[in-house]
Amino acid sequence: MSEEQIKNLEVQFEARIARDEKIEPKDWMPEKYRKTHIRQMSQHAHSEIVGMLPEGNWITRAPSLRRKVALLAKVQDEAGHGLYLYSACETLGISRDELYDQLHSGKAKYSSIFNYPTVTWADMGAVGWLVDGAAIINQVPLCNTSYGPYARAMVRVCKEESFHQRQGYEIMMKLANGAPEQKELAQDALNRWWWPSLMMLGPTDAESIHTEQSMKWKLKRKSNDDLRQQFIDQTVPQAELIGLTIPDPDLKWNEERQSYDFGEINWDEFWQVVKGHGPMNKERMKARVGAWEEGEWVRDAAMAHAEKKQARKQKQAI
Amino acid sequence: MKQNLYNYILGIADNSLILGQRLGELTGHGPSLETDIACTNISLDLFGQVRSYFQYAAKIAGDNRTEDDIAMLRKEREYVNVLLVEQPNRDFAYTMARQFLFDIYHLLFLQKLEKSKDLTLSAIATKSIKEVSYHERFSGDWIKRLGDGTEESKTKMQDAIDGLWTYTDELFHQTEADKAMVAEGIGVDVTKLKETYYKKVNEILEEATLEIPESKWFQKGGKEGVHTEHLGYLLAELQYMQRAYPNMEW
Amino acid sequence: MSDKKNWPLWEIFVRSKNGLEHRHFGSLHAADAEMALENARDVYTRRNEGVSIWVVESKNITASNPEHNGEMFEPAQDKVYRHPTFYDLPDEVKHM
Repeated sequence: MSEEQIKNLEVQFEARIARDEKIEPKDWMPEKYRKTHIRQMSQHAHSEIVGMLPEGNWITRAPSLRRKVALLAKVQDEAGHGLYLYSACETLGISRDELYDQLHSGKAKYSSIFNYPTVTWADMGAVGWLVDGAAIINQVPLCNTSYGPYARAMVRVCKEESFHQRQGYEIMMKLANGAPEQKELAQDALNRWWWPSLMMLGPTDAESIHTEQSMKWKLKRKSNDDLRQQFIDQTVPQAELIGLTIPDPDLKWNEERQSYDFGEINWDEFWQVVKGHGPMNKERMKARVGAWEEGEWVRDAAMAHAEKKQARKQKQAI
Repeated sequence: MKQNLYNYILGIADNSLILGQRLGELTGHGPSLETDIACTNISLDLFGQVRSYFQYAAKIAGDNRTEDDIAMLRKEREYVNVLLVEQPNRDFAYTMARQFLFDIYHLLFLQKLEKSKDLTLSAIATKSIKEVSYHERFSGDWIKRLGDGTEESKTKMQDAIDGLWTYTDELFHQTEADKAMVAEGIGVDVTKLKETYYKKVNEILEEATLEIPESKWFQKGGKEGVHTEHLGYLLAELQYMQRAYPNMEW
Repeated sequence: MSDKKNWPLWEIFVRSKNGLEHRHFGSLHAADAEMALENARDVYTRRNEGVSIWVVESKNITASNPEHNGEMFEPAQDKVYRHPTFYDLPDEVKHM
């Protein structure tokens, strides 16, 4: 194809997206579109499965049977969401194994928030309430993104995710209304998870490199700063309702903006964690790589058995 | 309180509780995402059963105790699960072998419990049969896959079956509560399940090209609350919150 | 990357309830058809979404090429006589 022809196709392609048409796997697409989508979808998938670890950490210690089954189901959903997203990624001609390779070698990123430890039971509440809350704000607009398989995966994810945040908030509520010791647990968890949750919505617009192109492709509908403001505005009243204090002395309602003003985010910490120096980066990767490597003989055996079975079947047919 | 019935229910439910807890340890660490999701499903089925049993037991106790008190506030010697289910997840072969050796028993047991004169137990059994039929198929398939797969998987699966075999006989021991409940037409006579159990187990082992262990030395004690050293650690995790923060709601 | 054989990809179709057709739900990996069915049950019907599942190994699906969409699908666009509204009938004929 000549450069001119490609240029032409690109113009038509952008016009289709502007008309809100969906792009499907076999459609022609610019190489950059394909690459950007593989990067974003796989990053999203990696976040789901690495995200299983901090919460999986409390499954065996959940304080009641009701909480235990809810947490099990939630962490299981995250595996499912990772799976839907890897599958969507695979429609662009990259295999799950290659995607795992990228994760395990450190080439691919995942959401940094999962590099913080879950130290008490209250963290199950805080993660569900804040981390899932921030994730939902990011994810709902993606149900309308331009790439069909991604949009469909996100519809499923969002539908299933709706119980996750409620589950987390309910845990916090119960703690906040409980014994003084429980309330302390809740406040402590909020203190530790608040700022990382704000960081989770991404660097400030001034420092964000991908935003403009992503907006055009509907991979992103709002800027990081807008999303962050939306998250703060919706979360502050939820904290007040259960008598918890947001750990930000500069937090103040701004009548004029009809929004909360908030304090300075420690971006040095953010970049430190992104670069692999968060409290749990190494442990998370070790757990993922470990599960994958220890599972290799299992996957090989299943494949060998399937082939033998197939061969026996063919032999019988002769 | 009907002490025999109460003890009898604990004898059934503790197996599901401890096995569910063991499977819960694996969430996020499975050999593939699909397998991870499947094992968590089995764990969820088992905890669902546990809740039905313990809610019923709490009702029979007739005091203020809850399902969580029963699940999480007993001492080591008061748990009456069989030794088989408390064995650790040494590797995926062990996890599947443990599951398989229990599932075959569990389904046979529930099919009899469904005929119990106790309508609550019968109803729980009816619901659980569907779940456990699936567990049995799932674990049986994995026994065949790993037995017939590669040299490595065959060795690992054979090790697991050999290692766990010693805990199978206990499934068919009768406790005092068992005997009393069988006499009342409520309980299942587990001694009568033994022959069918080994027949079914052996069939699948053969299909999986695995050796049927010949050892006739069996361990027992779980049903009397004398456990292997593994259970204490499992309970330490299971009970941690209830012990560290007593008398609170979650 | 190793040259190992990985579990192939399967496409999953689920009938939500009797009376409805099977619909494409997504895909997953499995070593063989039995495992694909089991995995599909656990992955795609955890919330009671299905009464029947089909699994097809992805490589067995032949798809039309979007580049041929013109010749494949556009010729049907102007065959308006295939639609009931093409035919003029007096208003007195109420339901036909």
